[in-house]
Formats: sequence, structure tokens, C-alpha cells
Amino acid sequence: MKKLNGSTKKLISSIAVILVLYIVMSTMQATGNLSSLMSGLLVPVCAYALVAIGLNLCVGYLGELSLGHAGFMCVGAFTSAFFSKTFQNEIPDVPRFILALVIGTFFAALFGFLIAIPVLRLSGDYLAIVTLAFGEIIKNVINVLYVGRDASGFHFSLKDMMSLNMDFDGVVLVNGAQGITGTPRQSTFTISVLLLILALVVTHNFVNSRTGRAVKAIRDNQIAAETVGLPITKYKLIAFTISAAIAGVGGVLYAHNINSLTATTNNFGYNMSIMILVYVVLGGIGNFSGSVVATVVLTMLPEMLRGLSTYRMLIYSIVLIGLMLFNWAPGILKFREEHGLTTKQLLDKFKKKKEVQ
Amino acid sequence: MGFLTYLINGLSLGSVYALIALGYTMVYGIAKMLNFAHGDVIMLGAYLVFMCMSSAGMPAVVSIVIAIACCTAIGIIIEKIAYKPLRRATNLAVLITAIGVSYFLQNMALMVFGSNPVSFTSVVSWPGLSLAGGQLKITGNAIVTIITCLIVMFGLMWFVKNTKPGQAMRAVSEDKDAATLMGINVNATISLTFAIGSGLAAIAGALLCSSYPSLNPYTGSMPGIKAFTAAVFGGIGSIPGALIGGLLLGIIEILAKAYISSQLADAIVFAVLIIVLLVKPTGILGKQIKEKV
Repeated sequence: MKKLNGSTKKLISSIAVILVLYIVMSTMQATGNLSSLMSGLLVPVCAYALVAIGLNLCVGYLGELSLGHAGFMCVGAFTSAFFSKTFQNEIPDVPRFILALVIGTFFAALFGFLIAIPVLRLSGDYLAIVTLAFGEIIKNVINVLYVGRDASGFHFSLKDMMSLNMDFDGVVLVNGAQGITGTPRQSTFTISVLLLILALVVTHNFVNSRTGRAVKAIRDNQIAAETVGLPITKYKLIAFTISAAIAGVGGVLYAHNINSLTATTNNFGYNMSIMILVYVVLGGIGNFSGSVVATVVLTMLPEMLRGLSTYRMLIYSIVLIGLMLFNWAPGILKFREEHGLTTKQLLDKFKKKKEVQ
Repeated sequence: MGFLTYLINGLSLGSVYALIALGYTMVYGIAKMLNFAHGDVIMLGAYLVFMCMSSAGMPAVVSIVIAIACCTAIGIIIEKIAYKPLRRATNLAVLITAIGVSYFLQNMALMVFGSNPVSFTSVVSWPGLSLAGGQLKITGNAIVTIITCLIVMFGLMWFVKNTKPGQAMRAVSEDKDAATLMGINVNATISLTFAIGSGLAAIAGALLCSSYPSLNPYTGSMPGIKAFTAAVFGGIGSIPGALIGGLLLGIIEILAKAYISSQLADAIVFAVLIIVLLVKPTGILGKQIKEKV
């Protein structure tokens, strides 16, 4: 058998961990040992993890901070939910969901591509603020968008339901700030986990491909990469579009898990973008499995702390600050190194103990 | 006359944005970090003024002075505990920590003050002017806000240009290592910047809530984001840029609300920001930094 390299091994082990978690969670759910809150979180966690993987591709490999990934998630969610709702009675369940997935991903990628063309001319914090602005614009426009359908076709409006001018038999599909209601709930935990694993494999292969190496070269030194003749814009566009597409898949899952889909600050605004960014940074920039782990832990943490009611978000924020200081502060890192407390040193110790036994 | 009224309202809102943007821009200029918790300091400032005025019955000026003092202290404490240990870490780590601080302040306020919005009494008791035979009304709030903003702005520009600590700030923002070699206490300068920014946030909070009187623990976050946008708009790191960016943003927002669509106003503001940044990638007054090979 061909010897696998380190990153492939890591990918396989993280997929194995996800599968084990999946089996544990589904058995617990089947035997009724999982609280309804937890089982309600299973699909959203996978959706967030997908967006985190997408954002990690952008932050870790493209080296650009995006604060607008909730916007791509939003595009994926709304286009797919719109499609599913429109053709609810015309296409059978399974092909419809697959098509919805393709459509959600495609539109998220399209928006990513269109936004990337102007945005990638900027860099650093300016790029961050422009992606944030795009995310807010997407959310804002969806909040005033009305779409209806009657015998004569689709009607659009940016004002209110009345100005759709529909016949009596018309159905309102997208209802402004009320969003889309009655999307078929088709995102199961199994599909979510499969998509998550697929995303891990795709990103792993992408960053280790020729294109991926070019993207990394651009991240490390743009001028040097330009000098050896790499088309900077092309590779940046590719990476950003893939990143947006993966976020879109997360959006599709999210949309098909809830009954009424609305675009608010907390689920598709900058709050969400920031939350995902927290997952990415705590999970390790450039480490896709880390993003998944951080998403699972940080989504479950506030739920576990629910018993503490009002204190839970306070504790969450303190944990967040503490973790950042513990992992990044140069002074603390030095202290940990001197006292044998870095993650690597601890892992080595653990391994040695095993060998002795 | 309608247009003039909107323009003045826009200037007033823009002045508040400018005051908040100052905090962002100064901290960014010196510590090269986006202080996401700045918006929540505004909220705290507004709550402090509210408590002093409505609960303790103090006069407005005294309340604001107390709020400024407390916010300055809070700003320094946050900087010392959360940001100072990360001085030489990556930008992203500091950004996430700032987000953590922002969550912390919001939830702290949620616990102490509750989630129900309180109705803020204006710090300005003057009803304002009535010009052109009552056709053009300018509220006292608007006038006081605009004048305060201008005074603070010019005061700050004078401070940064002419005083020793101000010169130290400029030196640190130019080159930290060189400033250290010149005998400037970099840590103290950064703390001073945070102190000034947070003090200004208290003023901004009081003025913001005087015009928009509903105050809750999340009041600061949206104006915070918009002011950050304003700072980028005007060229982040530049004090006059914050003024221009803030005023333009306020005016665009109010005019968009009045003439186009109140729901789309935010989208229009952000769209204008994107267009400006595409034409001039470092903001209106931003410096173009050429990368050397």
C-alpha cells in the first residue's frame, strides 16, 4: 500500500472521529437519550461547521479576512429555500433536495465570484469591511424582497405584498421581513454529516492541489508569487468562490432545517459572520478539522451552560477571552513553553506514557 | 425646507458617528487593531449617564463627566487585561479577543440593567431654534451634538499636533520600535489612546441616546459597526477622515431614509462605502502605503 502523507492521515482520522460522533449521536437520538434541545442543534452545528470550513479556506489559505460569510450562507439558504418551496408539489422530494443543494451552492458561488472581483483589489482591513458591507447589503435586500407566483408567472417587488399585483390564486413565496415560511424540512443529520465530510475532503484536496499551492504561495508572498508568473487574480477568485460555495452549502442545510427562514442580524448578519470567525480562529487558522471541532464545542457550550441561565453568555465570553489569551498571548506562550505546557509537549508526554505501558 | 431639515438631522447623526469613529480610528492608527468592543463602551456610557440623571437625579453635565471618567477607566482596564498581553500576537487573535470583550460587556449590561429598553432623558433641555417663520425647526439636540463634535474634533487635532503626549501618539503610530528608541513609553501611549477613545465613547453614547432615546444592552453594536464603516470611509487612522466619513455617512443615511426607502437605508450606506473604497482603496483621506520588495 502506498504510504499516506501526514495531512491525508489527519484527514482520515478526523473523518473517523466525525463518523464515531455521528454514530453516538444518532444512537442516543434513536434511544431517546438526547434532549430535544441537543437534537435540534445537530443540523445547525453541521451547517455552521460547513460555513466555518468555507471561511477557513478564505482566512487560512487565501490569507484574507472576510466578515461577510454569513451573507453567502444567506444567499445559499434563500435561493435553495425559494426553489424548494416553489416546486414543492412539482418535483419529488429527493431530486428536489439535490437540485436545491446545487442551486444554493451555485448562487452562493456566483455571489462570491461577483463580490470577489471588486473586493480582491483591496486588502487587509479594507477587504474585511467591504465583505462586511456586502453581507449587510444582502441581508437588507432580502428583508425587503417580496416574490409571489400566480398563473401568469413570478412577480417581484421591493416595496410590499400589495405591489406584487397578483391574481387571487397567487401564492406569496418570499414575504419581506417574514422571509420564507413552510420550506420542506429535509436536512437530516445523516445528510449534514455526509456533506460535512465531503467538504473536508474537497478542501483537503483543493489546498494540496496545484491551484491550492498557488493560492498558498500568493498568501505567503504576493509579490514573489507575481514575480514567478502566477496569475494572482485568477487564483484568488477561485479560492474565494469555493469558499463562498461551501458557505452556501451550509446555508442550504440551515434553510431546510427550519420552518420559517428570516434574515436577521443574529442568523445572517455580521453577528453570525463574527461567530463563524471565532470558530475558525479558535479551531486553528488553516486547520479544517479544527474548525469543525471548535464549531461543535462552542455551539454546544452555551447549551451545556443553560443551567446557569443568565450567566451563560457571560461565562462564554470570559472563556473566549481566556482561550485567546492562553493560545496567543506571547507572554503566556513563553510561560507554557518553559513549564512544558504547550499542546505539543502535553501530547508528547501522553504518547510516552502509552509507550511505557 | 424638508431637505434642509433632513440635512441637519443627517449632520447631527453624522456627528455622533464621527465621535465614535474617532475612537476606532485612533486605536487603529496606534495599535493597528479593530476594537470591536468600542460600540459597547458607548452603550455603557449611555447607561451611566442614564443612571446618574434618572436614578440619582444629578444634573446632565455632572452625569456626563462621571460617565466619561468611568468609561475612560473601563477602556484602560479592558486594554490592560485583554489587549496588552496580545500586543505582539497576530491581528486576528486581537480581533477575536475584542469580540469576546464585546460579548462580555453586552452580557454584563444585560445582567445589571436587564433586557428591557429604558427610555433615555435627553441631556439637552433646550428645545432648539425655529427659523424661517417656524418652517425650519432645529432641535437643541442636533445643535449641541454638532457643536460638541466639532469642538472635540478640533481639540483632538490640536492635542495630537501640539502636545507631548499627542506627538508621542503620532510617533507610535508611525513606527513603534523607533518610538521606543526615542524614549517614548509605547504602552502608556497606547493606554492613553484607549482612554481618550473610551471617554469620547461616553459623550457619543449620551448624545446618541438623546436623539434616539431607547436604550438597551445592544444599542451600541449597530452604531459601532456604522462608525467603524465611517472610519474606513474617511481613511482609517486619520482624525479629519473620521469627521468627514462620519458626517457623510450620517447625511447619506438620513437622506436615503427620507427619499428612497427606510428599510434599504443601511444597504445604501454600505453600497456607497463599497463604491468609495473601489475608487479610492484607502478611504477619502487615507494614506497610500506602497509595499517595498
